[in-house]
Parts: sequence; C-alpha cells; structure tokens
Amino acid sequence: MKTITTPSRPRRTRATWWKTATGLLLTGVMLFPVYWMLNVSFTRNQDMRKGHPDLFPAHGTLRGYRAVLEQQLPYLGTSLVIGLGTVVLTVALAAPAGYALAKLRPRGGSVLSFLFLVAQMIPGIVMAMGFYAVYLSLGLLQSVPGLIVADSTLAVPFAVLVLTAFMSGIPEELLQAAKADGAGPLRTFRSIVLPMSRNAVVTVSLFAFLWSWSDFVFASTLAGGSTHEPITLGIYHYIGNNNQEWNAIMATAVVASLPTTVILVLAQRYVAAGVTAGAMKD
Amino acid sequence: MSHTTHLPDRRAVPDRDEAAGAAPDRTTPRRRAHSRHWTAWAFLAPAALYLLLFYAYPLYRNLDLSLRDYTVRSFVRGDAPFTGLANYQTVFDDPTFAPALAHTTAFAAVSLLFQYAIGLALAVFFNEHFRLSATLRALFLVPWLLPLIVSASTWSWMLNSDSGIVNAALNAVGIDSVNWLTSPSWSLTSVIIANIWIGVPFNLVVLYSGLQSIPSSLYEAAALDGAGAWRRFRSITLPLLRPVSAITLLLGLIYTLKVFDIIWIMTKGGPADSSTTFATWSYRLGFGNLLPAFGPGAAVGNLLIVAALGFGLMHLRVQRKQYAS
Repeated sequence: MKTITTPSRPRRTRATWWKTATGLLLTGVMLFPVYWMLNVSFTRNQDMRKGHPDLFPAHGTLRGYRAVLEQQLPYLGTSLVIGLGTVVLTVALAAPAGYALAKLRPRGGSVLSFLFLVAQMIPGIVMAMGFYAVYLSLGLLQSVPGLIVADSTLAVPFAVLVLTAFMSGIPEELLQAAKADGAGPLRTFRSIVLPMSRNAVVTVSLFAFLWSWSDFVFASTLAGGSTHEPITLGIYHYIGNNNQEWNAIMATAVVASLPTTVILVLAQRYVAAGVTAGAMKD
Repeated sequence: MSHTTHLPDRRAVPDRDEAAGAAPDRTTPRRRAHSRHWTAWAFLAPAALYLLLFYAYPLYRNLDLSLRDYTVRSFVRGDAPFTGLANYQTVFDDPTFAPALAHTTAFAAVSLLFQYAIGLALAVFFNEHFRLSATLRALFLVPWLLPLIVSASTWSWMLNSDSGIVNAALNAVGIDSVNWLTSPSWSLTSVIIANIWIGVPFNLVVLYSGLQSIPSSLYEAAALDGAGAWRRFRSITLPLLRPVSAITLLLGLIYTLKVFDIIWIMTKGGPADSSTTFATWSYRLGFGNLLPAFGPGAAVGNLLIVAALGFGLMHLRVQRKQYAS
C-alpha cells in the first residue's frame, strides 16, 4: 500500500490487475462486519452459541426475518414517517435560507451562516437533554412530531450550508433576466433557483433521511416508551430483552440498513457530493 | 396642513415604483437595498426562528439545568433553586470525572490516529487508477452510512466472549479468548476498534479528494529525479496534503467527542466505568438511572460543548486561513 507509483502510462495495464485484487481484498476486510451481520441473520438458534461460529449460513433459516415481519414492522413504519417528515421540514427551512444567503445576501446573513456552522458542532447528547426539558413542559415527549423536529436539528445546518454553497453557483444573469421579466423574489426562487438546485436538494434530503432514520440519541431520550418508537429503539429493545435470538437482532439490523443500501446503489453520486461538501456526521 | 402635504407624497410612491421598473439602476438605491434586505430576511426567517427555538432555547435550558438543583419534582414544576456552579463542583469531585476525562482523551486520540492513518493509506491506494477503483471506494462508505445501532450491535456480537467470530479467529491461531466487552481492561479498546471502523470512510473520502488536487506532474518530476515511492510520499503527498489533513483531523475530533451511541450500545460505559466518556457519563446521569441527576448531567454536557466549540473555532480558523492563502 505504501507504493505510490505514479500512474505511468505504459506499465498501467500490466500493473492494475494486482491493484484491483488488493482493492477487492481490502474492501472485503472492511466489509466483513456487514457480511457477518448477514451471516448471523440467517443462522439457526442452535448454531448461534457454537464456540466456532459457522462462516457460512449452511443451514440457513429465515426465522430471524419472520421475527422482523411479526414484531418490527410498526417500528419501521414509524421511522419511515419520521424520516420523511424530517426531509420535508429540513428542505422547507433550508432551501429559502440557502437562497437568501447565497443570492440576496442581507446584512447579518454571514453571522447566521456562522451560527449554523457552530450549531453542527454541538454534541447530540447535550441537545437531547435540552430538548427533554423543553418537551417535558410542552408535552411533546413521546410524540412523532417532536421527534421530527429534534431529528431535523441533525440536518438543517448541514442543509443550509450545502444549499448556500450550491445556489451561489447559479449564474447571476439568470436571476437578473427573471427580474427583468417581472418575476418577484418568490417567483424567482420557485421557478428558477429551486429547480436548478435539484441535485443539492436531493443530496440534502438523502442525508436528512439517513440521519433521522439512524438517530438513536433523540429516540432514546425523547421517544422511549412511546407507542410509536423508531426502529433504532426496536433494535435496542431487542438487544436488551431477548439476548439469545441474535438472528432476529441481526435480521432487524439488515432491514434497518436497507435505506443505506438503496442510497448507495441509486444515489451514490449525491452521497459523494454531500461528503465532499464538508459533511460531518454526528 | 399635514393632510395636504401628505397627499402628493402618497401619489409619488407608485410613480417612483414605475420609474424603478423602467430604469432599475438609477432610482433610490438605498430604498431598493432596504426592501431587498427585508425580502432576504423573509426567506431567512423560518431558519433563523428555527435556530432560535430549537438550538438556542434547548441549549439555554441545558445551561439553566446545570445551574440549578433539580429533582424530579422540581424538574416538572420548574421551581428548582439556583445553586450557581454547585453542579460543576459535584461533577469535578465525582470519582468518575478523572476516568471519564482519561477515556475521552484516549478514545479521541487513538481513534483519530488510526482513522487518519488507515484513511490516508487507503486514499493513496485508491488514488491509483485501476479497474473497479470507483466502485470499491463507494463500497468503503458503507460503514459510515450504516445506522450506528446496526454497526454497534454487529460489533457487539462479533466481539462476544463465547460465540464471537473475533475470539474464534484468535483461538484458531492459538491465542486465548479475550473478554472484549466484559473485561474492564478491554472494553475501551473494543469501542475504539468499532469507532475506527466507522470513521475510516470519512477520512478516506476527504483525504482522497485532497489527493486529487495534487498535480500529478509533481510526482512525475520527482520520479525523474530518482525519488522513490516513500520519498515522494514524504516530500510531496504529506506536505501538500497538510491543509486537508488539518481539517480532517479537527472534524474527526469534533465528531469523536460527540460519540455516544456506539459506546452506550456496546458497553453502556462499563464494566465499572472502564469505557465511560463524557458523552456516556452525561447520558447516564440524565437518563440512565431511576433517579435522574439532570443538573450534573447537564453540567457534564456543557463541559463537552466547551471542548467541542473550542476545537470547532480552531477548525474555522484553520479553514479561513486556507481560504485566505
């Protein structure tokens, strides 16, 4: 791995096959835990406690997945609703803000951008405690809307920063032309800026969904014991309660990883865009 | 009198607007800037209000929590007596403070070191062009995108003392089993391993994008001058990557200070506080016991904020300096 040969053209074809092989090997090592999760999810109960676990699900069972269907569907549904709610709220808040910061540039705007940058650095556990105190007096504990609002704090600052950066790239002449045609700021925003920022909006939405789907901190502090708990709590209760049925736990984990998989397969370029936009995962 | 002077004034308004439509550059720039300013803030208002209500206010409540003597009852009624810095004193005097500080530091330092080193090695490797390079690089993102509870529970089972694959592998090469999660001397190592696994992809992606901006002509010139691979890495890659490295490490540090899920799910900070960090300690004080200690919990959380914001401002300064240069 330390060989940093420059890609010198003639040697390239000869040299690449072993690089591909090394790459495959490294990826295999890196993704081994993911394979293991799949393997365990298919393992029979009686094989689970063996001192030497089976490397392949030779006697595969779908018991774990049946348990998911029987017990985890409501959790998955709740997470889906919360995820979509977070996306809508995040985009609704961040897109107009991005437009204002990128194109209208009001006095005090840079202070707001700075605050969003700082907001990203606040540890979730601290936010959770504050939210708990606030929600307790508002009666929003254990509610889906409450969790949507809390989860959107994970994505809104990131969304504002990404959308601002993207919208700054929209040519000024285009907006001037719209103005000359008599379009007001709202019209310009709706018919020009928003459609042109489609890619950035998709990136932001994907991350907003993924983060709220994965959220455990807010779920466990604000939604614990509610009738509508998200999937992260579903898994957490599983680990706590039925310590033996790891096939069911891992099957739930596999199902909970589906959004990640879908996003990586269908929207890989948007993910890469998000990461290089200075993404921070919290 | 005032009525008569007002009237022509009023009529002048639509006139002026019409003029503005016809010749936008010449009329009353201050007024136009003014209305533009308000339009902008109308677009910003929802986000600004949101920032105030759902960042500033919870943080204020958190600060308030840390300065009062809260019990469950006064928490609900909101009449807890003001006690100044007493909660902070309690936290500093707590026997958990010193271990939590040591664990947080060790967790952050070791995680960062390995995430960065592995991420850089992989970035250099993937910077070579070979078949499937882009696809494999995308696959490397998986650990970073998985829900933390998924990663943490998978690692928990892999590190299980009796039936985990890690111990089975160790046994296969003649090493005795390790009680990864249940022995106080290994629990911190276990959560660090899981955290490194999760953080490598971020380092890989950011460092890779940094490598892409180093012109390949530099390497070619160095190669002509007879510089070996290691020499080229030392004298070209590392120095030119320094700005990106600084940002990666600082972001990694801010992120690592926040890590709570992985530790809580894998070990709950135990056994016997052996993997407790400030984040898990704060959670345990506030939510982990039957009798919550919101005051001290909030105090620990605020210490965490101070640290995160300190490094955060450092990050912003580094970034700004790079923009300037």
